[in-house]
Amino acid sequence: MPEDIISLIQESVIQGRITKDDEGMDEGMIGQPGVTELVERAPASGLSIQNIITKGLSGGMNIVGQKFEAGEYFIPDMLASAEAVSAAMKILQPRFAASNIKTKGTIIVATVKDDLHDIGKNIVSILLRGAGYTVKDLGNNIDTQVIVDAVREEKPQFLGLSALLTSTMARMADVIQMLEENGLRDQVKIIVGGAPVSEEFAKSIGADGYGADGFQAIAVVEDLASGTES
Amino acid sequence: MPREGILVDRPYERLTREQVELIHQVSMQILTDPGLISFNREAVDILHSHGAAVESIAGDHQSWQVKIPEQLVLKALDTAPRIVKLGARNPDNTLIMHGDEPRVYFITGSETNIWLDVDFPIYVSKADPTREIRVPEFKPRRGTVDDLCQSAHVCEHLEMADGYIRTVNIQDRDITEDNKDVNKFFASLNNNTKHFMSGLTSLKQLDNVVRMAELVAGGKKALEDNPIISFITCLVKSPLQFVDDTTATFIEVCRRGLPVAVSSSPQAGTTAPIKEAGIIAQINAEVLAGITLGQLVKPGTPVLYGSVPVRARMDTLGDSYGSVETSQYNIDCVQMARFYGIPNYSTSGVCDTKIPGQQSSIERLFSDIVVAMSGPQYLHCAFGLLDCNSVFCLLQAVLDDAHFKMIKFFLRQPRIDQPEMEAVLKQIRAVVTTPQKLYIGYIRPLLRSGEISGIYPFEGSGETDDVFELAYERMKELLARPVEHIDRETTSRIFEEIPGILPRLNIYERGS
Repeated sequence: MPEDIISLIQESVIQGRITKDDEGMDEGMIGQPGVTELVERAPASGLSIQNIITKGLSGGMNIVGQKFEAGEYFIPDMLASAEAVSAAMKILQPRFAASNIKTKGTIIVATVKDDLHDIGKNIVSILLRGAGYTVKDLGNNIDTQVIVDAVREEKPQFLGLSALLTSTMARMADVIQMLEENGLRDQVKIIVGGAPVSEEFAKSIGADGYGADGFQAIAVVEDLASGTES
Repeated sequence: MPREGILVDRPYERLTREQVELIHQVSMQILTDPGLISFNREAVDILHSHGAAVESIAGDHQSWQVKIPEQLVLKALDTAPRIVKLGARNPDNTLIMHGDEPRVYFITGSETNIWLDVDFPIYVSKADPTREIRVPEFKPRRGTVDDLCQSAHVCEHLEMADGYIRTVNIQDRDITEDNKDVNKFFASLNNNTKHFMSGLTSLKQLDNVVRMAELVAGGKKALEDNPIISFITCLVKSPLQFVDDTTATFIEVCRRGLPVAVSSSPQAGTTAPIKEAGIIAQINAEVLAGITLGQLVKPGTPVLYGSVPVRARMDTLGDSYGSVETSQYNIDCVQMARFYGIPNYSTSGVCDTKIPGQQSSIERLFSDIVVAMSGPQYLHCAFGLLDCNSVFCLLQAVLDDAHFKMIKFFLRQPRIDQPEMEAVLKQIRAVVTTPQKLYIGYIRPLLRSGEISGIYPFEGSGETDDVFELAYERMKELLARPVEHIDRETTSRIFEEIPGILPRLNIYERGS
């Protein structure tokens, strides 16, 4: 029985179904329990929170990732699955302390000052939540001081900065410089992204990583978390 | 169920109603003064017996001036079917064309002499010998029966190809004037289940190819109900001349009641006036003269208004299918055909350049898009043709299939109605209240329903242009896919009854 629920959770993630009312990928799914309903009843079946997360949610996301690599899934499919995982994690979060479980880490994301573009940053946020991170999204056009203050107060493991304009990408360097001036730079790994940003630019401003797209951003964060970044 | 094609909801029209009517009037005047010169005696007799004024030219009894009165043309237009059905070996590939409905079918064509092979030799950089690139090289050669089989095979699998006109003239050593027709018909029918249209090399072979079609379709009545073959006849040589042999062929095809495209291909600047008004009035007169003759031979013969107007190149006086005016002429003809309610056989996609590449893509896409927008029913020449209709390249045909997928998608009717607007309003109101403010969640239901256009299928990775290599891989993949050949028993009967088919085309006897 518990194994059946793990399979159902995996399938809900693959289908990107949060509740029973969601369509999912295949025909005839409406009415069947979504990931939130399954996760709510899973502990009563004797499943540990650990297994729900690692075997059910992460297991489902791994299959989604494989489908994306194979060209079977597109980005909207990945995002739907990530949102399903994120919704499930929200339900499970109150039980983390009792189960001695920690999230994979906290990441603050923001689009820098004078830049109103936030599609990329929002997509990265969804994917990070789906990957099991706690995301605090400051929004767009965020003042450098506000970002630095958030790092000081929230003590995140990661800071993600986004910019779409060549005229605003320099603000990323301002943030890093202010973090250094405030003695906070060593507390946080910084990744940067956005259309005009490059690996070379990221290195030049002293960032720890660069993600060309949402999926690369996740990979970079995972590498930085495990200490395998190049 | 017939093939869908694409219904162009609001077709692009260059001409006003007044201009269309003016062209019609001038075409009628052309048919009476100067009229046509006919080199075919039977056509003269048929037209004369129905009221056309006929006069032998210089008393040579080999050519006649024929003046066709307007009422004869109008009577013929009355009996010409408004709906033409082109059948197919696979009934799902049937084409139904309404003269007044701008539903476009994309068809191959058109009997080129040259087949273009492609290879990808490796070149090494002089500056950096470790760097190698593969560069496509195109090699022209005379077309063969094997090429025709390959072309029919691949076109069977091209999703956008609605019908098949043989793409290459077969010039093998064992092909003669006497056996060319039966071999080109068999090679095409045996490798393609879509509608097959072709010209006829020798009138003597007409009954053989019709018998072959009867055997494939399941009998004489079955062929009438499901005309799996049709003919293209260029009976008119511009300006305004009925050619003897093709006119004779046309008359015999009409007698058998099989669908036939009455085609004319004047060249603006040489065999037609360079001005748009002039070439359109002339080609319209030429096509109407052919349709009139066909309807007098057998009223109700299914005919297509065939227009292949082209502008002359100013540097060579050759055809310039890539010129902008050629597309304008074709669009005008689409309108004229629709004015008469006769399905139109139109032309696009031929380019002036000799090989696939940027010029080819620009020229063919330009005409493919604009002519398709005008809503011709039977858009031929559209796959793989290069060098002004003298070269066929299978790789280009595969590339063109992707072009037509884009064009077909573009021509879809917009869905703007009350239920749709209510749904999107609900969507907008829902999304703006979310923190992410993204509509991505609403893409999914549409993603696999065909409502979102696909990525260009030959997009390479990185910064190299891999289009040709990827299309070549696709071509090989399509060649590897099986086709539904004519069954063993029917093949056997065809080889027994129809003389001249090359034994190597019998797939059931190979190696025995």
